[in-house]
Amino acid sequence: MNIRDLIQTANANLLRSKIRTALTIISIFVGALTISLTVGITSGISSYINSQLGNVGAENVLLVQPAVDQSISSGPEEYKEDEATATVNSPFMMPMVTTDDIQKIKSQANIAKVTPVIYPSIEYVQYVDNSKYVISASSFIDGTNIDLVAGQIPNNDSQELQIVLPEDYIETLGLGNAQESIGKILSITVRNTASSQSQTIDATVTGVQAKSLLTSGGASGNTALLEALNNAEKDGLPDNLKNSYIAVATQLTNADEETIESTKTALGELGYSAQTVQDQIGIINQIINAITAVLLFFGAIALLAASFGIINTLYMSVQERTKEIGLMKAMGMSKGRVFILFSIEAILIGFWGSLTGILASIGIGKIANNIASNGFLKDFTGFDLTSFPLTSLLPIMLVIMFIAFLAGTLPSRKAAKQDAIEALKYE
Amino acid sequence: MSAIKTTNLTKTYGKKDTLFTALDNVSIDIQNGEKVAIIGKSGSGKSTLMHIVALLDSPTSGDIEINGKNIADYSTKQIDQLRNDEFGFVFQQFFLNANNSVLDNVTLPLKIAGIKPKSRNQRGLEALRAVGLEDKAKNKANDLSGGQKQRVVIARALINNPKIIFADEPTGNLDSNTGQKIEELLFKLNKEQGITLIVVTHDEDLAKKFDRRINIKDGKITNTTKGAK
Ligand SMILES: Nc1ncnc2c1ncn2[C@@H]1O[C@H](COP(=O)(O)OP(=O)(O)OP(=O)(O)O)[C@@H](O)[C@H]1O
Ligand SMILES: [Mg+2]
Repeated sequence: MNIRDLIQTANANLLRSKIRTALTIISIFVGALTISLTVGITSGISSYINSQLGNVGAENVLLVQPAVDQSISSGPEEYKEDEATATVNSPFMMPMVTTDDIQKIKSQANIAKVTPVIYPSIEYVQYVDNSKYVISASSFIDGTNIDLVAGQIPNNDSQELQIVLPEDYIETLGLGNAQESIGKILSITVRNTASSQSQTIDATVTGVQAKSLLTSGGASGNTALLEALNNAEKDGLPDNLKNSYIAVATQLTNADEETIESTKTALGELGYSAQTVQDQIGIINQIINAITAVLLFFGAIALLAASFGIINTLYMSVQERTKEIGLMKAMGMSKGRVFILFSIEAILIGFWGSLTGILASIGIGKIANNIASNGFLKDFTGFDLTSFPLTSLLPIMLVIMFIAFLAGTLPSRKAAKQDAIEALKYE
Repeated sequence: MSAIKTTNLTKTYGKKDTLFTALDNVSIDIQNGEKVAIIGKSGSGKSTLMHIVALLDSPTSGDIEINGKNIADYSTKQIDQLRNDEFGFVFQQFFLNANNSVLDNVTLPLKIAGIKPKSRNQRGLEALRAVGLEDKAKNKANDLSGGQKQRVVIARALINNPKIIFADEPTGNLDSNTGQKIEELLFKLNKEQGITLIVVTHDEDLAKKFDRRINIKDGKITNTTKGAK
């Protein structure tokens, strides 16, 4: 029998018991759908994150902060004299970077510049007489790319107090559209920690930033602005509290892997944790990978169950067609061909199951993309919730067809080994 | 030349208490182009003998030669090929695939041989014409009458232009008129194409028309009579 006839015969055999075949295909379909959808979502999110990661820039910047013991403590921690002051004023109850720390960090090799990253506690912002709004802001780190809709990135060397606002703040704050907002003055009010007096600082809007999942949605300001806000907030406090920061941005002389790794290690030994911006964002990838692994596991279980379905279906088929197999063998069909015939039936089940599963997942993905891009992902341009590149779908199909083939080998072997005369005598 | 030659064929089923000898020291020698009838009572071992000489079953002991060569010297592939190329089978039951068309049933041996649909369908129609069923080619095999099914089976047996046709009770379940037609058809194939006929039957009248009759009783050859009467 040639391959075309084998496929046609196998197909005709499957069509003979349509309901049984359909049910088996459905079980494969479920597994294929789960896996393909998981891969689709993962690939959608990852490709967005990776495109964003590529855009973040600042490859040579390490964000440094004191390492936090993350083990869950049993009972209160023992008091240590030299660490005491640093944590006192931290809003996060985390150890802070002090001026001493900055000196220590600076003394390391390969370090060009250390800039504090300031997260001021802004009470509210206001444009002219419009309503007051609560926003968050932080230091702009040199070298970071900001996806601008209008204006320019903050200039850390400028004396002007500059702020770049996320796109979706503009209208709310009453600044008009992105273009119109450039150059407008935004009043930022902070409350002094020592005196509880509010103080207002005027900043110039120099840029508008596109919304992105990774840029935390806050505003960013240049050094002049952030220092002004920090002073306003912490004036009157003792120096060690005033000049303590959650993290510092450490610019390296070199952006190559080796420098980054060796500096990380050196800082690690001093008790600091140092991460590149990519490292920080990469955590999202890790979480996504973990979720993916779990979903794929479910898909794999569905496929395992489906494999037993295939085995069962084909065993029944072999049983029912005992005489037919016997006849074909009597007429000189070889064992190998009989094996191939049944294997093709298994592979066809895998083929139809995986094809329909994948097509369904693409369909669901398209609908989900539509819903998402008109809904919660509205402002994230270029973010497709799911994406189905052929390069990942084809292997899924091939793997499922291979699994189907493996499941089919048991019944196929049984058919191949069947004795022609016994099969012909079979009642 | 001998088409098929067997020496001391023995076939036993079961072990010890249930040991049953279906064939006992059977030696036959069938010449090319010969018409041989195997006759005997039900359960005497006719089908068993036919299956063994057609290489569908293997004997417990004894030798078989096909075309002058011991089958022990054939590979599995060669035996498959031999059955596909040179043998035509008519089994005691029809063994038609009920849901397939008559034509598909008839062309099955050619499909197994890997012959292309166009030429195998053409040959299928020729074979059906030979048995007078050309107009039923597209029908489902299941929809035919018993006699028509038997003719389809014969068309299937001769489609590969075999050298030997093995037929187990080819007229067994047909009325005498249809039986007559089948009989004529087989003899015509023998006469015109020199196809060797090995036919199992319990019909004495039919058996008389063969060159040779091999009588079997309890697995043993009791006597062989020659010459058509
Ligand atoms: N697999 C088997 N196991 C045990 N005994 C068997 C087996 N196959 C056949 N036999 C026995 O061998 C004997 C010969 O069987 P066979 O089918 O050759 O008879 P037959 O001459 O063709 O009879 P009939 O005219 O009824 O078709 C019978 O007694 C049968 O019961
Ligand atoms: Mg019989």
